[in-house]
Amino acid sequence: MLIQRVQLNAPTLPPQLLVAHNVGYWQEPEGSANTRHSCENMPEQSELKKTIYTPDSSLASPGVMLREMFADLAAGRELAWRLAVRDIRGQYRQAFLGILWAFILPLANTLAWIFLNSTGVVKIADTVLPYPVYVFTGTMLWAIFMDALNSPLQQINAAKGMLSKLNFPREALILSGIYQTLFNALIKIVLLLGVLFLMSLAPGGSLLFFPLGVVSLILVGTALGLLIAPVGILYTDVGRALPLLMQFLMYVTPVVFPMPKEGWVSTLFTLNPLTPLILTTRDWLTGVSPEFIAYFVAVNIASVVLLLVVWVIYRLAMPVLIERMSA
Amino acid sequence: MSDTLIKVEGVSKKFCRSFKRSLWYGMQDLGREVTGRRQGDISELRDDEFWAVKDVSFDLKRGECLGLVGPNGAGKTTLLRMLNGLIKPDKGRIEMRGRVGALIALGAGFNPILTGRENVYVNATVLGLSKKKIDEKLDEIVDFAEIEAFIDSPVQNYSSGMAVRLGFSVAAVLKPDVLLLDEVLAVGDMAFRVKCGNRIREMMSNAAVILVSHSMEFISWYATKVMVMQGGGTKRLTSSVHEGIRVYETLNIQKNAPSGKGGVEMLEAELVNKKQKLKDDVLCYIRRETLHLSLKFFVSDVGVGSCLDIRVGDGSGKVIINYRVVKNNSDSYKIFPPGEHTVCLDLGEIELTGGLYEIMAEFYDENRHVVFKRCDSVARFFVDSDLITYTKVTKNANIL
Repeated sequence: MLIQRVQLNAPTLPPQLLVAHNVGYWQEPEGSANTRHSCENMPEQSELKKTIYTPDSSLASPGVMLREMFADLAAGRELAWRLAVRDIRGQYRQAFLGILWAFILPLANTLAWIFLNSTGVVKIADTVLPYPVYVFTGTMLWAIFMDALNSPLQQINAAKGMLSKLNFPREALILSGIYQTLFNALIKIVLLLGVLFLMSLAPGGSLLFFPLGVVSLILVGTALGLLIAPVGILYTDVGRALPLLMQFLMYVTPVVFPMPKEGWVSTLFTLNPLTPLILTTRDWLTGVSPEFIAYFVAVNIASVVLLLVVWVIYRLAMPVLIERMSA
Repeated sequence: MSDTLIKVEGVSKKFCRSFKRSLWYGMQDLGREVTGRRQGDISELRDDEFWAVKDVSFDLKRGECLGLVGPNGAGKTTLLRMLNGLIKPDKGRIEMRGRVGALIALGAGFNPILTGRENVYVNATVLGLSKKKIDEKLDEIVDFAEIEAFIDSPVQNYSSGMAVRLGFSVAAVLKPDVLLLDEVLAVGDMAFRVKCGNRIREMMSNAAVILVSHSMEFISWYATKVMVMQGGGTKRLTSSVHEGIRVYETLNIQKNAPSGKGGVEMLEAELVNKKQKLKDDVLCYIRRETLHLSLKFFVSDVGVGSCLDIRVGDGSGKVIINYRVVKNNSDSYKIFPPGEHTVCLDLGEIELTGGLYEIMAEFYDENRHVVFKRCDSVARFFVDSDLITYTKVTKNANIL
């Protein structure tokens, strides 16, 4: 059918259009589509893009959906970059302390724990590393993870006005959040390295792997953050409960406490998938040989799968959420 | 060689009145969407839901402009948001071809701390322009907005007019195949509005346009078709623009109870020309026809009597012409003594432009100190004409 029609119309069609028809899927009914406009205004675009909106869930045609997902991700890269630059500039331009804010919080946290430990208010088991280094690296890495976790919900909430009025690749928001997390992480890492150098702790060759650790922290954080975002947009309860939950989670992850050796707490620490992330990344940074490599890899693989799944959910959810954002 | 860019078939969308329920339904929809169970039309309404858009269908070709009119809450913006792909229809199918541009949220993504130049880049990227394209167009954008001197100051120091001008200029660089316009046709001061109008006309010449506006002047200038919406449904879809405007304006008619001190009773009022026609329950006149008004009223014991003003107001109630009912060929008011009166008034040639008008009557004492009775819309008529302007009264000037 398609071939017949194309041949039938062939004399009236410019060559580019014919090519477009051969690759296009069967949904192109009007073979003799107009090219006047395309030729005049956008020589780079020889065929009009067709968009169809129906009540059906896009899961019905997964192939099309996957193609669209990656096309939108590619199309949204530039926008993500612009938004990230806008937000970073906006944030730091209005702040006297500027980029210091990227690490003031974890720094304060570190000092508090060093104080608690040194005064003996809290009894903390011995760590391989000097405790100040242990807690400083731990809180910094944890802060990177928290940044990544909070970012999707924050980005979407901040862009509500734009989302409810304009159509742009929704992936750009998430990507922009990742860029910003990376930027802030970079500042923290520079500080971390500086402190390690001052304390004359030589990390050695394992430092090469350290970026991998940071990336996996951001990966896991983003996947989890994107997972809660759709519900978090509808109900603010999620945003409120999150800090509480994360506080608890921090104490069952070896951030400020070392891994307990025995008891049910030890099991809890081990079951916590964030444990291998923080431990391995810290080990790479400080030159200790990591013990949970296999667990670390497994968590990362699981996170990649989770990220893909929640990405799909995010796309499906967006129209439903925008509908409820503003009437 | 059909060049239909927008095809809307039986599209419906439901909304929820209750906020709490709406959020819960959102969760349910989310679940259905994610499990892929949202297939086909969803036709049943849940509690507290209503159809915000109901069974709307139309086609639009390149070069056409559909004027979307209707009272507030008629579903115009919802329809526009579905066309823009922001929300999904609950029923029906929408097919859009080509690049869609929307002049809806001017200056979307502006950060007040950043400079105008930085914001141009953000805003233009949100609208889908590449960096290369923005570099090329930057001078044009700044020129058009007329803010050369301020382009490197933060947007928060701009006057509100400057900010919208910048927003408009960025959006106006787009060359979309489908253009969606929601009440943003005129921004800034008068001089800038003229520029906007011309630029929009340029953008429209090569696109299929949907224009939502409450201004019938805009609709009559730009639209080639009109769709009147009411309560989510299509009340009329017509390619006669003034017919569409008539249907819309008659939807807006509201009756105000007569006011005043009392003492005069309006009994009957009627427009009495031979050539008028009744269309959609409204009397229609051709522009420059003569207008005769017949009134029957009763003046009770109110001293010497009552004098009378007749007014013609537009659809929004704004008075455009005031007629004094005078003694024969003089400039002083005719005083109607107590008793019943029937008069036929010659209101002259209607030099009004197209649209709906209403006639009001106001009775005073002879000194014009006390209002006995004010009757809004004793009669109404429609001037059937494609000539529609802001000024409402438009005369022809002849060359001597």
